[in-house]
Amino acid sequence: MAAKVLEKEQLSENVFKLVFDAKKIAKKRKPGQFVVIRIHEEGERIPLTIANADPEKGTVTVIFQTVGKTTTHLSGLDVGDEILDLVGPMGKPTHIEKVGTVVCIGGGVGVPCVYPIAQGMREAGNHVIAIVGARNKDLILMEDEMKAVSDELLIATDDGSYGFHGFVSQALEEECIKKGKKIDHVVSVGPVPMMMAVCNTTKKYNIPTIVSLNPIMVDATGMCGACRVSVGGKTRFVCVDGPEFDGHEVDFKQLIDRQRIYLDQEKESMDHYCSCKQGRGGK
Amino acid sequence: MDMKERMKLPRHPMPEQDPKVRARNFDEVPLGYTPETAKEEALRCIQCKNPTCIEGCPVEIDIPGFIKLVAEGDFLGAARKIKEKNALPAICGRVCPQEDQCEARCIRGKKGEPVAIGRLERFVADYERSQGEVSIPEAASPTGKKIAIVGSGPAGLTVAGDLIKLGHDVTIFEALHKPGGVLVYGIPEFRLPKAIVASEIDYLKKLGVKVATSNVIGKLKTIDELFEEGYDAVFLGTGAGAPTFMNIPGENYNGIYSANEYLTRSNLMKAYLFPEYDTPIVKGKNVAVIGGGNVAMDSARTALRLGADNVYLVYRRSEKEMPARIEEVHHAKEEGIQFHLLTNPTRYIGDENGWVIGMECLRMELGEPDASGRRRPVPIKGSEFVIDVDTVVVAIGTGANPLIQSTTPGLDTNKWGYIMTNEETGQTSREGVFAGGDIVTGSATVILAMGAGRKAATAIHKYVMNK
Repeated sequence: MAAKVLEKEQLSENVFKLVFDAKKIAKKRKPGQFVVIRIHEEGERIPLTIANADPEKGTVTVIFQTVGKTTTHLSGLDVGDEILDLVGPMGKPTHIEKVGTVVCIGGGVGVPCVYPIAQGMREAGNHVIAIVGARNKDLILMEDEMKAVSDELLIATDDGSYGFHGFVSQALEEECIKKGKKIDHVVSVGPVPMMMAVCNTTKKYNIPTIVSLNPIMVDATGMCGACRVSVGGKTRFVCVDGPEFDGHEVDFKQLIDRQRIYLDQEKESMDHYCSCKQGRGGK
Repeated sequence: MDMKERMKLPRHPMPEQDPKVRARNFDEVPLGYTPETAKEEALRCIQCKNPTCIEGCPVEIDIPGFIKLVAEGDFLGAARKIKEKNALPAICGRVCPQEDQCEARCIRGKKGEPVAIGRLERFVADYERSQGEVSIPEAASPTGKKIAIVGSGPAGLTVAGDLIKLGHDVTIFEALHKPGGVLVYGIPEFRLPKAIVASEIDYLKKLGVKVATSNVIGKLKTIDELFEEGYDAVFLGTGAGAPTFMNIPGENYNGIYSANEYLTRSNLMKAYLFPEYDTPIVKGKNVAVIGGGNVAMDSARTALRLGADNVYLVYRRSEKEMPARIEEVHHAKEEGIQFHLLTNPTRYIGDENGWVIGMECLRMELGEPDASGRRRPVPIKGSEFVIDVDTVVVAIGTGANPLIQSTTPGLDTNKWGYIMTNEETGQTSREGVFAGGDIVTGSATVILAMGAGRKAATAIHKYVMNK
């Protein structure tokens, strides 16, 4: 289904928020689910986590970082522009139940993905501790929103320009676990190395940890297997079996390798896009 | 021309692109009959009083009827005759296994070669399209019944074509962004040009069929919600879309694809036109394709066209047991695909970055026949050897995608997850829900899915009119 951009906001240098008109998806989606977008006829299909949705207004919000051609193109859309396809809601929703204290960790553009999960966890009656991280203060996303859906909020920056000086995994260990907070459950969404570091920490303390994965996908309906990942030694498809898995069972090395399959082509595609853009508007 | 002369006419070969040339382009391999060749080939049909060819056709096309019109030069009339039974002749003329169906029953095949029915069907459909005179039958008076079709592959398209002609309000829901199912994501351009699929679907749209792409039923809406929205019946033609892997070590290394992914990237997403199209594909130099079916042949031939130096077709049985059409095997060999028969991969070898660099295989020999009646391949002990590869495509079949079944209470499936139906009607265990095609039978052919669609359409019509 085609979808129109209703709102657009630049959240940091490379991070953008788009609100789409998508009534049916807005009505159906649950925390943890994602959409697939295709901008134009020659476009690729990419998955983006649903950061927020308003069933009343019929809107779906995505927040993304410009990393390659498609996200760069997407960031160039204006209010009123239309993309060819917005498909969803895909993936299994987050399993939400009252377990006690839940730490919701978001790193970089993982924050918008963990936001609806934190919201759901809080609504289910959990005590929610949110940890929001980024390289520096300017890159911290959705601080106010995360504050609104958590009981405690911790900020961590790699360079120490704001909040805890260090990674989110260190903030979790130093500021929560070592300070004697009883943690029943951790949800971690962000770059793969960050999720891996969080899982290494929680494994030490035996805290169940869910991660939300965002590998390369094509159809996202379980048809192609592009997004396959080893979990507990078994091959699973992130699009239909996930996107959330037991972080202690995920083969992160394989996940990182598989995310790099098209590095060369991604660069070529970007160069092609830039040269086209200079020449004739680009698409 | 008298009967004696007609009996002497040889079967007309299909003109084709030269193998060396076509192995490096994505254009269609067979070029099609000219009107003259088609007329002459049609004269080979002796117009049997009791034609057995029709029995061989899952959708019962009046084969001698259309061929007679071809012989008379009334190509548009021939197209109309086929379309009485088959809304997708340009597709069937290309991908049906005629050698196992109509042509296998042709009397002329008993002594010599059968009439080239498939090539004539293709010619007629192409002729009609090129004339821009695709006939639109008069619309039936509306019945007021709403039918939802889930999946726009061969089964769903057939159901849509049949039901719209009966005056029903028909909507097809398709998960992907383009309709056609396996016809667009699976079968390559060089075997079935996508413009032809698009024009056959346009024809259905002109008849009034609505097509809602990017609608993932089971996620966006459940079957129950379709009924709540006022649909009177639902047809499930979702195909056998889940890829099968061998579950051997190293299968998730970079460069190893399911055939579904490899072909979807190339066909649906047009990765062969990268970077004009955004979707990339690994263009391997040494590519191994595992399997012996049509999908394996399509994958191997695609790899060649993407620029591979060596494409190995690795199959655990011998050529005799291959499920692929003879024509596809022949085309693949002509183009230079290297066959490694009686060979089975056991594990993959990767480099430090997780890229596949080798495939360890075992040699096999044929033992006693198995459940499929084919001789079972048995590994030869100690016969391990390694093939250097940088890309692998696993084309060993597909399974049932559980998206619909898992969100539709009361829909019975068998142990493999395929939907159970009454074979004659396509009726499932849920009232008003019908199914057909690969989601019922497991991977089969385009025409069998169409045959199932035909039966289901008849049953759906009966069901909604008696409701």
